[in-house]
Amino acid sequence: MKVTIEVNGSEVSDEVEDRTLLVHFIRDNAGLTATNVGCDTTSCGACTVLLDGESVKSCTILAAQADGHAVTTLEGLSGEGELHPVQRAFRDQHGLQCGFCTPGMIMASVSLLAHNPKPTREEVRHGLEGNLCRCTGYHNIVNAVVDASGQEVGR
Amino acid sequence: MSIVGTRVVRVEDGTLITAGGTYVEDLREEALAGAAHAVFVRSPLAHARITGIDTSAALAAPGVLAVFTASDVDLPAQPAGPVPQPWLADGVVRYVGEPVALVLTERRYQLADAAELVDVDYDPLPAVASIEAALAGETVVHAELDGNVAQANGLAPDGFDDNAFDGCEVVVEQTIVNQRVAPAPLEARGSACAWTAEGRLTCWLSTQNPQIARMSVAAALGIGEDEVRIVAPDVGGGFGAKIGADPEAVLLAWASRAAGRPVRWAETRSENLTAMTHGRAQRNTVTIGGRRDGTVEVVRLDVVQDAGAYPRALFLPTLTELMAPGVYRFPRVETGSRGVVTTTTPVAAYRGAGRPEATAAIERGMDLFAAEIGMDPAEVRRVNFIRPDQFPYRTPTGATYDSGEYAAALDKVLAAAGYDELRAEQAARRSAGEVIALGLGIAAYVEITGGDAGGESGRIDIHRDGSVTAYTGSSPHGQGLATSLAMLLSDQLGVPMDRITVRHGDTDEVPRGIGTFGSRSLQLGGSAVRQAADEVLARAAGLAAELVEAAPDDIELDRENGQWRVRGAPAGPAITWARLAEHAGDDALSAGVWFSEGTPTFPFGAHLAVVEVDTQTGKVELRRLVALDDAGPVVNPLAFEGQRHGGLGQGSAQALLEVMSYDEDGNPTTATLADYSFISATELPDFELVDMETPTTRNPLGVKGIGEAATIGSTPAVHNAVVDALSHLGVRHLDMPTTPLRVWQALARARKES
Ligand code: FES
Ligand code: FES
Repeated sequence: MKVTIEVNGSEVSDEVEDRTLLVHFIRDNAGLTATNVGCDTTSCGACTVLLDGESVKSCTILAAQADGHAVTTLEGLSGEGELHPVQRAFRDQHGLQCGFCTPGMIMASVSLLAHNPKPTREEVRHGLEGNLCRCTGYHNIVNAVVDASGQEVGR
Repeated sequence: MSIVGTRVVRVEDGTLITAGGTYVEDLREEALAGAAHAVFVRSPLAHARITGIDTSAALAAPGVLAVFTASDVDLPAQPAGPVPQPWLADGVVRYVGEPVALVLTERRYQLADAAELVDVDYDPLPAVASIEAALAGETVVHAELDGNVAQANGLAPDGFDDNAFDGCEVVVEQTIVNQRVAPAPLEARGSACAWTAEGRLTCWLSTQNPQIARMSVAAALGIGEDEVRIVAPDVGGGFGAKIGADPEAVLLAWASRAAGRPVRWAETRSENLTAMTHGRAQRNTVTIGGRRDGTVEVVRLDVVQDAGAYPRALFLPTLTELMAPGVYRFPRVETGSRGVVTTTTPVAAYRGAGRPEATAAIERGMDLFAAEIGMDPAEVRRVNFIRPDQFPYRTPTGATYDSGEYAAALDKVLAAAGYDELRAEQAARRSAGEVIALGLGIAAYVEITGGDAGGESGRIDIHRDGSVTAYTGSSPHGQGLATSLAMLLSDQLGVPMDRITVRHGDTDEVPRGIGTFGSRSLQLGGSAVRQAADEVLARAAGLAAELVEAAPDDIELDRENGQWRVRGAPAGPAITWARLAEHAGDDALSAGVWFSEGTPTFPFGAHLAVVEVDTQTGKVELRRLVALDDAGPVVNPLAFEGQRHGGLGQGSAQALLEVMSYDEDGNPTTATLADYSFISATELPDFELVDMETPTTRNPLGVKGIGEAATIGSTPAVHNAVVDALSHLGVRHLDMPTTPLRVWQALARARKES
């Protein structure tokens, strides 16, 4: 079937199998590989992207369901030479190590801050519960989100 | 001012936060164009005879290019272990997840359908799904082994001295299950292979050790090492489970040759949880004898390692024995270990690899001893610590600790945590009969890093534009080593960070190396780069001397601006690195070394965990984790803290939640990420780090490894805290993970006994 999705502002149109997942459409058809697949049970959040501005796990929806909608991935987050505040904060706070969870983690954080611009540390932890990281112990990820929100990072 | 020791954001991050890393699955190399996709058909049974494999339906399915089974594979037996695993199961399967067939298809979406069409007939055999079943020996997993014991070390099982504890005022004994866990790096395994027309192989592999992987791939395929190039692209975590090349990766290279086209493989998560090696999986019995004043006189550790179906890492129990005495000056320690086979996934290294198990045993044991004599657990430790004036300290198990300040570490942590106030609060809650109990858990640890495995390579090139490229045989995958090495070089050569590039992971660029594991990279890889830079500095001094017509001894490098001058002549002629590289001409200004004089170092620390336990529901909340991890001088505090955080998270995960479990028939019951309790952000607190730096003399940087340390300390600290929370209710011990059910059962048992 033919699917057309606006990915990071550009329209991507392709003939795909019905069962194609959105994450595979993004990776294979749009050619954007930041979005990762970390599981097969909707558990890890590595595949998180924004669909019409809301964070979704792109392994749980079919490309067909996103037909006619707009997707933002990590690659589409910042403009030329400018980092998005969440990207900057992840780097400044050392909120990533191997980087595999990072694209999903950053997109989930962007969405979290859109809904709750000044979260407490506890709220950040709860907001990111669906995004797993094996490397950081989450401490610096929480720091990064607090930092990106413009609040003082306590520790 | 030196950049070393300051918080430097990582040079690695620019791409990772904007475009994402390039992991194996992300590769779009031309050499991989038209690559076939691969899937392994894996055993659904723990133990069974294969009575037939029918591949005809799969071969007839759309897009299927090849189906390989054991009889197709013409590779020599795998070199590892007493009972090597066949590349594909040959006649018998011995764990759920064992590869039975390999299928290649044109397109990724065809994999699952094709795999399902491979028809394997199994005749079930009895499972051996636990250490107890293995030792009982009713079913033997491998006929060529003596029972199910693949290795017996030291005094195990019958050599312990019956009279060892005679004369001790107090003796405590406890069997402690150090449960099997899944390493679960967020990027599962994967590789991609392509052969050139001339017969040279390139494998992109998610590995911690490209050079070691090249050795195994070349040996198995019967080709020279220079005919193999291994590239570790970005690697999404390893934690010891991506050491070298797994059998699947070797087989993929073989299949690519057999099929005559490039092949790529990406493991699914559910596959990963049973098919990648697991960690820990020991059952340890610790016995401690001593006096009522807290002095420990004799310790015994009896280790049983569940090695899984095909032992790959029998060094694990050996390391556990070596580290059994922990941070204490016990006069007598006797140890023994057995490695047994079961019909479960093979067990290998996982963050700490053998040392966490030793620490867990002795630190749980010290708490039991303290409880028995009614002494505070901190005090019992103080009585027995190795004193600073005793280093280098040779333990009864044969390790020689380099340096340590064990008592100071514990005291600092207790002071930072407010230990006395916490104990007072605990007492108050207890006397008020509060439902939410407070528990404090202490662990003091020492661990071993940069152990043998022969050194590391380092090379420095100074280019004609004055920029620097460093090559390291270490193969970092998230640790931030490129930043740390650039910092060291910037300091040493007086070249700014942005003029230094650190390369690793491609065996064509870095032909010699050992890789990243055992917390060795800064210690050995860093020392190698340091030594290479020293050689370059020596040559540079000579070249600069020529240029200014002075004696080399009169020349010095101004590290503030990277210029060479005559000593004491700040206004005299200055020579830049670019000029020197130019002058060096064709025999370029570069040096390569193999650093191997490093002997292991022994990082140490102390952790205090504070938990709250709901004594009605059994639910445990980890409230605080205060950690001191001393690994000598710190190069980049940002990366150093990151390693500690990650370790604290994984160590706590084992104490609180994570377990890879099997039912009696050997079926894994935690085989997806929906079932396996991978720890999340809500289950961990903010970590409280306390600093201390005790250098080593065993390498030129004075550093020890930090990658695994915090995992080793945190597991017993959190575990001890949970037991401590319940001690007033009669609970003396419960095994990890301390899930609500386990806690509730322990409370129920204690109530019944009282
Ligand atoms: S890949 Fe989508 S949640 Fe794990
Ligand atoms: S940084 Fe490696 S999984 Fe999060």
